[in-house]
Amino acid sequence: MRLRKITEPVFERLIKICGYSSGFIVLLIVIFLFKEGISFFNLSPVDEGSMLWVHNSNSVQELDAAQIKDIFDQKINNWQTVGGKDLPIRLFTLDEVGKAFTAEQLGPKFEYLPKCIDSYMDSLPGAIGFFPEKQTAGLLKSAKAVEVDKVSFSSFISDTEWFPTSRPAARMGIMPLLLGTLLVSFFAILIALPLGLAASIYLAEIADERVRKILKPVIELLAGIPSVVYGFFGLVVIVPFVQNAFNLPVGETALAGSIVLAIMALPTIITVSEDALRTTPRAMKEASLALGASKWQTIRKVIVPYAASGITAAAILGIGRAIGETMAALMVTGNSAIMPHSLLQPVRTIPATIAAELGEAPFGGLHFKALFALGCILFIITLIINLLVERVSAKRR
Amino acid sequence: MTFPESNDRRKKIGQAVMFGLSKGISYGIVALLFLILFFIIKQGIGVISWEFLTAMPTDGMTKGGIFPAIIGTLYLVGGSMLFAFPVGVMAGIYVHEYAVSGPMKRFVNMMTNNLAGVPSIIFGLFGMALFVNQMGFGASILAGSLTLGLLALPIVIRTTEESLKSVDDTFRQASYALGGSKLYTIRKVVLPIALPNILTGLILAVGRVSGETAPILFTVAAYFLPRLPNSIMDQCMALPYHLYVISTSGTQIEASRPIAYGTAFVLVAIVLIVNILAALLRNYFGKKVKMN
Repeated sequence: MRLRKITEPVFERLIKICGYSSGFIVLLIVIFLFKEGISFFNLSPVDEGSMLWVHNSNSVQELDAAQIKDIFDQKINNWQTVGGKDLPIRLFTLDEVGKAFTAEQLGPKFEYLPKCIDSYMDSLPGAIGFFPEKQTAGLLKSAKAVEVDKVSFSSFISDTEWFPTSRPAARMGIMPLLLGTLLVSFFAILIALPLGLAASIYLAEIADERVRKILKPVIELLAGIPSVVYGFFGLVVIVPFVQNAFNLPVGETALAGSIVLAIMALPTIITVSEDALRTTPRAMKEASLALGASKWQTIRKVIVPYAASGITAAAILGIGRAIGETMAALMVTGNSAIMPHSLLQPVRTIPATIAAELGEAPFGGLHFKALFALGCILFIITLIINLLVERVSAKRR
Repeated sequence: MTFPESNDRRKKIGQAVMFGLSKGISYGIVALLFLILFFIIKQGIGVISWEFLTAMPTDGMTKGGIFPAIIGTLYLVGGSMLFAFPVGVMAGIYVHEYAVSGPMKRFVNMMTNNLAGVPSIIFGLFGMALFVNQMGFGASILAGSLTLGLLALPIVIRTTEESLKSVDDTFRQASYALGGSKLYTIRKVVLPIALPNILTGLILAVGRVSGETAPILFTVAAYFLPRLPNSIMDQCMALPYHLYVISTSGTQIEASRPIAYGTAFVLVAIVLIVNILAALLRNYFGKKVKMN
């Protein structure tokens, strides 16, 4: 008895600590996600330890990541385009410097390399070069470093190109990923909601108890199948189907993703909206029937409106599931990070991007942090969705 | 202007059409499920053999078995439940038996809901940042199990809470009346009655965890590791990741298709077994409690 007096408070304390565990974990997730994610901003999109150099006489002071990529892709050929003088842009690389000078001039340990770069640069007024910092900083007299615009939140959100590994400057615009995610998810719900609603009406109001007892667990079984199996099923069945049906070069498209995600969202939508439909008070239904309404009219005019907030919650919850779904989206949407124009082209979703790229991103680097920032965006979206669901269902109570 | 009679007929026809439609859709969804299951089972069953289940993968994963992936998944499921089950059950006890209703309880509930809604890839990111890097576990069974455990936690909390809710209050009051303390009542009266339902939840959580891929991508999963893990600090293969890898990447996607079907079959079999087990348990104990 005395022992219990000592152990009970300990256990109760332990139970209390565990009770707060989920709050604690959510807090930890926020801290770790945002710590990495926020440090992404105000980084330079240029590789660490490298600098961009232009000729001293060049009036261009700073460039942004998009301009740098276009310059090095030779889409911009004149300094005038980026606010400089009318002068053709001349890209030059270390290789070129190496070829222009003899080994002797470069020195046995390349100790004269900065000097060679310097004199080479001097002869090319339109030059732009990308060199390691330690070989150039403070050593070039004919050239000046170009300021590169830091990654900002607004460019992260609005930039329409996602080339996280492009050099010399990475482009990190999440617009194509965000739109890809929304396109796939919303279309998935567009397919799943009417089907799910019809099924939930059938289960809640039409089917007799015996049928319902069989159908319900079967539909819940759909929720238990792992997403990677859905992805695999999508890959071997739905992708070829979409490809043949629309005569496409590839079947991995937003549409294939939407179909797979729709199947995956069905159990959520059915379960939640069936629960909502079942809360309709019996008196309300009977009043409607007593007034001469048919059963279908009662469903349409009384039961569904009564459960509207629950059905809305189901739809939002379904969208949330679809937005966060990783493996199935990764396997069937084709993974091309371009601005989506139609359902019949490959797209890439935010979770799929994280899953596909984090393994290859160097730890702690720009790309790594960008993916965490992407995770933060995803987390915020799902948080908003969860709060929305909570608000919508709270209204009902 | 329509006559009541024709209106009535239209009403009846409309109803019949809509009822038929919703019935058709419901059965269609069920048929879809069976189609998926049938497809995976039909394609996979021919691959399944004793050798497939107990041999190492060979020839660039186009031949051999999936033994290390099965063992890896067992380790991960076991490890994650070792964490999620005690913590989740205690959290469920706290939420239902201890937390006084009010802002605090609402907050705990909201957080559990939020945790349940966090996408699995976020758990992967978090597990990588916390367990793999911050705590220095590296990509290991330990890191992967903990990550999966976090994901399973809200499921265990929810089912525990629901199970406790179904225990009639008279049991508690009877125990109090006999002088039982709160914790003693929970331990000796409430938990034994709720246990079957809690176990059902545990089984379902096992099913969920065994199929999760995204959380283990960066915390434990090995692309190809034809041996068994030596310790919990080792990486391991896992069934869902194995299926993902051999069906999407690699140079011999076509050659490894049979292995992929076989792996998908095993995953589906796990889900089916788990669900059947849960249903049986629920039925068995449901009857037993009623008889008492």
